[in-house]
Amino acid sequence: GRARLSHTEPRARDGLFGEEEEEEEEGCYQLYPGHIPTSPLQKALLAAGSAFMALYDPYRHDMVAVLGETTGCLALPNLRDKMKHHPEGYRILQERPRIRLSTLDMARLRGLPDGSLGREYVRFLEDNKVSPDTRMPPKFVDDEELAYVIQRYREVHDLMHTLLGMPTNMLGEVVVKWFEAIQTGLPMCVLGAVFGPVRLSARKLQVLATELLPWAIRSGRNASCILNVYYEQRWEQPVESLREEIGIFPPP
Amino acid sequence: GDIAFRFINYVCSVRERQLQQKLKHHQNLSWQEIAESYLEDKFKSLGDSQVVVCDINKEMLKVGKQKAQQLGYSEGLSWVLGNAEELPFDDDKFDVYTIAFGIRNVTRIDLALQEAYRVLKPGGRFLCLEFSHVSNPLFSRLYDLYSFQVIPVLGEVIAGDWKSYQYLVESIRRFPPQEEFMAMIEDAGFLKVDYQNLNLGIVAIHSGFKL
Repeated sequence: GRARLSHTEPRARDGLFGEEEEEEEEGCYQLYPGHIPTSPLQKALLAAGSAFMALYDPYRHDMVAVLGETTGCLALPNLRDKMKHHPEGYRILQERPRIRLSTLDMARLRGLPDGSLGREYVRFLEDNKVSPDTRMPPKFVDDEELAYVIQRYREVHDLMHTLLGMPTNMLGEVVVKWFEAIQTGLPMCVLGAVFGPVRLSARKLQVLATELLPWAIRSGRNASCILNVYYEQRWEQPVESLREEIGIFPPP
Repeated sequence: GDIAFRFINYVCSVRERQLQQKLKHHQNLSWQEIAESYLEDKFKSLGDSQVVVCDINKEMLKVGKQKAQQLGYSEGLSWVLGNAEELPFDDDKFDVYTIAFGIRNVTRIDLALQEAYRVLKPGGRFLCLEFSHVSNPLFSRLYDLYSFQVIPVLGEVIAGDWKSYQYLVESIRRFPPQEEFMAMIEDAGFLKVDYQNLNLGIVAIHSGFKL
């Protein structure tokens, strides 16, 4: 990597200037809010550092996110192209829907019949005490459209849990990671899938290996691209019907 | 805070040694008298020496106080909330003014230097420890590479905070180099101003006297 020197006025935080100035780094501007342009060397260091930290401290979800962003340079364009060539995926890229508490009508979803996507999604959020708003916004993706793709992948993750019927414990997360690894090809998912089981007990490993993994792998390979589903327009659809449509086999 | 602790340690050890010297010369003191003189000096192990720790940030002062308590420092220390550009002290009050990795964050460095001059007694010394500039071209390139490529990454991985560490390395580059800072200190009225580089200039100690 080259030594990077800031040739323009650095961002001022000590009140010298009136407002924050956009900084020119590596010859490119900030492409989206929260974007931090990085050199190839920085990305490599970030990838290595975040991989280590994510394994060392599993509660550092931000590190998992950073790992995904810094290693996704091949998988993300792939995913974007898959979306572009699919009518529903294309619409998602155009309309850029976001899954957030502020955009979801939780009351309406809760009122939907049992077994519907909306009802089961809310049930999943409440049972596992998670919220769609805790997903990290992307920082190190150097393309604004790809930044949306990875954001969409993150926001759809909870729906994956719902469709696969997997809870947010370590075992459930590993199963979802295997499914996502096959679906997206993101190195972060592959690493999570391979190294996640390290923290599982022997009994859970057995369940994983004999029942859950074979099913997850088969489903992952059989299913169409999960990013090509406009989930926000399918809250009323029964989960089973959606599973069948995508190609996910019923969970064991 | 850390400098205050080192100063207190130093004063205490010097006085210990003085006390020991004094006792050596009085060979025929009774145990009683020896014990008494130790006790007496324990109360005043610092003598009249005092340290004032000043910071603009209340949280920093809190951390300093906690550390002092943990390490067992109680006497001779006071903690004052203040702005280096406008110190809450009278003129000609201190023998020594030290600032370590602080002056870089001051908006008007010239004002901070003027205030330092004001509160020092005649004969008092100004000492500043701060990041400075590396003149060696090869080492400078390595240092830049490390600063800009590695430090923000470490900030992100360890603290989840890229931007603060990016700011840190940039603010270091914005600070005036050794000679320029020396001139600024002279402008504030200090004499016999000099500096000493540490680690090839990554850090420098500047010194000046109010005479």
